[in-house]
Amino acid sequence: MSALAGAALRSDASRAAPAGPPLLEVRNLTMHFTVAAGVLSRRKAAKIKAVDDVSFTIGRGEALGLVGESGCGKTTTGRCILRLEKPTSGEIIFEGQNLCELDRHALNEKRERMQVIFQDPYSSLNPRMKVGAIVGEPMKVHGIYPKRRERVQRVAELFSVCGLNPKFMDRYPHEMSGGQRQRVGIARALSLNPQFIVCDEAVSALDVSIQAQVINLLENLRERFNLSYLFIAHDLSVVRHLCHRVAVMYLGRLVELAASDELFANPLHPYTQALLEAVPIPDPDVEKHRAHRVMKGEVPSPINPPGGCVFHPRCPLAVGSCRQEVPQLRELKRGHWVACPRV
Amino acid sequence: MSALLEVENLRTQFDTSAGTVRAVDGISYTVNEGETVGIVGESGCGKSVGALSVLRLIPDPPGRIASGSIRFAGSNLLTLSEAEIRKVRGGQIGMVFQEPMTSLNPVLTIGLQLCETMEIHLELSPQEAQARAIELLDMVGISEPARRLQQYPHHLSGGMRQRVMIAIALSCKPKLIIADEPTTALDVTIQAQILELMKNLTKRFGVALIIITHNLGVVARYADRVNVMYAGRIVESGTASDVYHRPVHPYTLGLLRSVPRMDRPRGGRLIPIDGQPPDLTREIEGCAYRPRCSFAVERCAREAPPIEEVANGHASACFEKARLERLLKEAS
Repeated sequence: MSALAGAALRSDASRAAPAGPPLLEVRNLTMHFTVAAGVLSRRKAAKIKAVDDVSFTIGRGEALGLVGESGCGKTTTGRCILRLEKPTSGEIIFEGQNLCELDRHALNEKRERMQVIFQDPYSSLNPRMKVGAIVGEPMKVHGIYPKRRERVQRVAELFSVCGLNPKFMDRYPHEMSGGQRQRVGIARALSLNPQFIVCDEAVSALDVSIQAQVINLLENLRERFNLSYLFIAHDLSVVRHLCHRVAVMYLGRLVELAASDELFANPLHPYTQALLEAVPIPDPDVEKHRAHRVMKGEVPSPINPPGGCVFHPRCPLAVGSCRQEVPQLRELKRGHWVACPRV
Repeated sequence: MSALLEVENLRTQFDTSAGTVRAVDGISYTVNEGETVGIVGESGCGKSVGALSVLRLIPDPPGRIASGSIRFAGSNLLTLSEAEIRKVRGGQIGMVFQEPMTSLNPVLTIGLQLCETMEIHLELSPQEAQARAIELLDMVGISEPARRLQQYPHHLSGGMRQRVMIAIALSCKPKLIIADEPTTALDVTIQAQILELMKNLTKRFGVALIIITHNLGVVARYADRVNVMYAGRIVESGTASDVYHRPVHPYTLGLLRSVPRMDRPRGGRLIPIDGQPPDLTREIEGCAYRPRCSFAVERCAREAPPIEEVANGHASACFEKARLERLLKEAS
């Protein structure tokens, strides 16, 4: 995406949160993985473009939704921003510093400011640690509240903030329900007072009645601490509810980005349109009057993606030129970006 | 329409070290010929166990069907011999499970798994079975069906495997298909493909369908009638339109309020249901939903409310259903 596009995205982000430059700016982020030819082979057989030239910004206090189907690169994008992966190219500018250029020490300091909440509240908590110790661990590592007594007090505080009874501190994860465990994961993410949290499918594993509790908690925390979220999810209803803006990914590329209500009311990219049509709405009368058109085909393999626009084999609007030219994001309306020359 | 499946007062329990789990605690429902019935509820509410009990697929021990009757096309499935019930499974009643990877045998070809069912139930010759298998794969939208017969499940994507499962379920011309979370593991566009396919094929062949899901949207889109389950019981049942627009059980209302809607602008907080579902190893006195319910009265602690009709075909297991109905009417 061009520098011009970046500038316009910045202005959109600042509308959501008027305090100056964005907290996070991702510029032309690209992450390629190489796949070995066989289990024992060292020969590099193929390259997977997990993330390909992705740019966006997130303002202070803003929640940006990142949606798409399995394998579209949304989780890899989140992992690159946290520098759990070293991106192939591109820039990740967080609080004015490019994370790709920092040395280990400086990066570790920055990591206090950015945290992550994972999808699975079962596998993301160490089963041998008490949940109080799990929440206290990041503070121990980063040397915040080095005295045990202070740390325990802070953990108790975090428990209450996340709607957990501080008495639960001495429990093990298996003694808690899925919803409670997810609250523990949230308390751990908050323990270092971060500015920015990557929520990677943070509510997907929860049942609807519990999911609503956790969604409300995430919203309350964002408002209370002016947090920014990159909210990675495949559930579009949750994303509309929780996010100010939404970016749609397909096979490693951003295809559309707009304010949440604008995107859902007026999707422009044919992929976004098909994605929204596929989501059933919990209302039989609404469903009766919806067109149930089904998008043909499946997501192609990222090892050998289609040339030109990656969506062209499934696209109802595709023409000959879509096979050759990679469409760039362009702003069709203020703050509404689409990577399709045919709309 | 006549009743094809009549489940009456079914109780399925599991003996575990922690005590007896009353996974299904006295559910009754019917499925008419050619109709689609949704069974909706959260994890652990007994929706899958209830459906597996219909085919007596509950591992015994630790599980057992403690009481009840299941009448299907004239016979009580609970009193059939093992040989007789095997004819029903995969024959008159087909099944589609959630995990298309684990429900297909990874070391057998697609063709073998499709043909085996038909050779057993329809007594087709291998050649006849193969010809029909190709026809079926074509019908469920799998390209190059003849070549696919030679392939193994790992050659196919999740969506394609679920299409194979549907082909197997339909292969013996069943009267009923039970689909247990058929699309939960799939991406949303593939989910839409699979559900549309199931709807079209069940309509075309007049097959009744039970869809078990936690997804309220899937039920709204596809089911004619809905049973809402909570803690092993059916708490509300009725047509999809009645249940979604005029709920008469506080749990149904709570569920509908706690899901974010993609078709509505952002605004306000969701209204979650407080607390958590009960532990089913403990004896529940009174209504299982009482600790989370804002309509609960003193009586709810003592007696479990029976499921009763409030209007034609619309039933609720709540003592306070009249008050709930009145309040919702006033609110709208």
